[in-house]
Amino acid sequence: MLIYLVVSLIAAAWLVPLIVVVLNSLRSNEEIVQTSMIGWPRQWAFGNYLTAWSDFCLAQTCVGIRPYMLNSALVTIPATIFSTLLGAVAGYAVSLWRFRGDNWIYGIVTLGIFLPQQMRLLPWTIVLRDTGLMNTLTGLVLIHTIQGLSFTVLFCRNYYVAIPQELIRAARIDGAGFFRIFWRIILPLSPPILVVTVIWQFTHIWNEFLYGVTFTTGQQQPVTAALIALSAAVADIPHHGVQSAAVMIAALPTLLIYLIGGKYFVRGLTAGAVK
Amino acid sequence: MVRRLPEYLTIWVPLLLSAAHLVSFSLWTIWISFTPSTLVPVSGWVGLRNYTSVLASRNWQIAFDNLLLFGSAFVLLSLVTGLTLAILLDQRIRGENVLRSIFLYPLAVSFVVTGTVWSWLLNPGIGIQKLVHDFGWTSFRFDWLIDRDMAIWTIVIAAIWQSSGFAMALFLAGLRSVDADLIKAAQIDGAGPVRMYRRVILPTLWPITITVIVIQLQFAISTFDLVRALTNGGPGIATQLPALVVYDLMFQRNLLGRGAAAAVLMLLILLSVLLPYAAWQYLQQRRAPHA
Repeated sequence: MLIYLVVSLIAAAWLVPLIVVVLNSLRSNEEIVQTSMIGWPRQWAFGNYLTAWSDFCLAQTCVGIRPYMLNSALVTIPATIFSTLLGAVAGYAVSLWRFRGDNWIYGIVTLGIFLPQQMRLLPWTIVLRDTGLMNTLTGLVLIHTIQGLSFTVLFCRNYYVAIPQELIRAARIDGAGFFRIFWRIILPLSPPILVVTVIWQFTHIWNEFLYGVTFTTGQQQPVTAALIALSAAVADIPHHGVQSAAVMIAALPTLLIYLIGGKYFVRGLTAGAVK
Repeated sequence: MVRRLPEYLTIWVPLLLSAAHLVSFSLWTIWISFTPSTLVPVSGWVGLRNYTSVLASRNWQIAFDNLLLFGSAFVLLSLVTGLTLAILLDQRIRGENVLRSIFLYPLAVSFVVTGTVWSWLLNPGIGIQKLVHDFGWTSFRFDWLIDRDMAIWTIVIAAIWQSSGFAMALFLAGLRSVDADLIKAAQIDGAGPVRMYRRVILPTLWPITITVIVIQLQFAISTFDLVRALTNGGPGIATQLPALVVYDLMFQRNLLGRGAAAAVLMLLILLSVLLPYAAWQYLQQRRAPHA
């Protein structure tokens, strides 16, 4: 019984931050100012969500968090789809199709998992400036697609190496080409790894902050950058209730994905570690 | 040849783009770190001057000391927390799935979000300290967030909370894959649960431990978002970390050459962790070729 007590206490501590945000998002600003950030709502202030979504002001523009959520979606969804599809094809190519130099190129691509973002900040700045993609969502999609490949190729390649080479050989003898084999044999076997890859990419791109804040400004920023801007604004005029609602809205997409596909999320987490 | 062109393009273009950007961007940043670039990259050669001025700056020295403290405290404590949680969950308790989900959910959320929330909880004016004061214990103090000497520990707390679940997941997988015969043999020898863990089970976990350490160190070295949201490097520059120094030099002071040098220094710190790890893994594989 002691063990249940201990585990429940730790679990409760782990939930405190989440509970605090949820409760605060339903308390009025006056109430929070009078007491503290930790407390039960005396009056349910559901209006905080409406204000956070479409009303509050950030640098003189009063449009709420909605446009920034849209920006994040417009970056995350295409970049997730592109990097996953390209990663699946490339993973298939290096694991089953085999071509000269495949191990070399695969080795270099996966080094990208370790290379710090800081080593790529300046070159991306220059590339985006020269291609006119600075401060555009397209620029962020491009960055996340190319950088995401390091992870997606690793995930897919490690999954595909378990497929017997004979299957591919037999299909080739029957006259099937690269794309036909991918479409007819590889893709039908892929749903488990594609789910892991999509969840991983979506979570990471949605939560990314450094590139968002460096390469976009104002109305083009993703929601993580907008939250930091909001924190700075709240330091002047306390609006913690609305801010909590904004934080909840921004965290909701990845939290929902985690709730629905937690198993696959954890698989992605450990896949990188236990190579 | 022409008929197979689409195939070659599909295979090579994404892989080459990815590999080329990794190699060329690294070389590019290294090159900039040896030039006198300020607002824009310029050619020219200043030798190690950017490096010496970064290393001599107070900003970097504080960031490096903080990294040592934060890195070791965070890695050690998240290892202990993760292992404890894994052992507790390994006792075939009810509700394991729910508990595991609770310990892992912070990993699904952005550091910006969790940093913001922790900044409220730890803020003495509105957070835990205020709550305790309102209960009547007015001499209670928990103001690490605004204390120069203790502020770095707020980042340790938030980071442990955020990523102990990851260590737990890896340890739990390790605990579950311990050879059942080994456990049975120890039981027959009359080993109690404590002895069992200390002598039989935990020693099999050390390869996982090393992996966890390396991954958590890698996270610690590149920590940026969490600090940005929690303390923004303050009070003053008390919670500065290398990634913040790089950003500050590159985009706030427009000293591209020095910023690049700081980025390369970050890479060197990372390599000092990763290269021994890679060598160790290589030796492991050579020693056990069939594993």
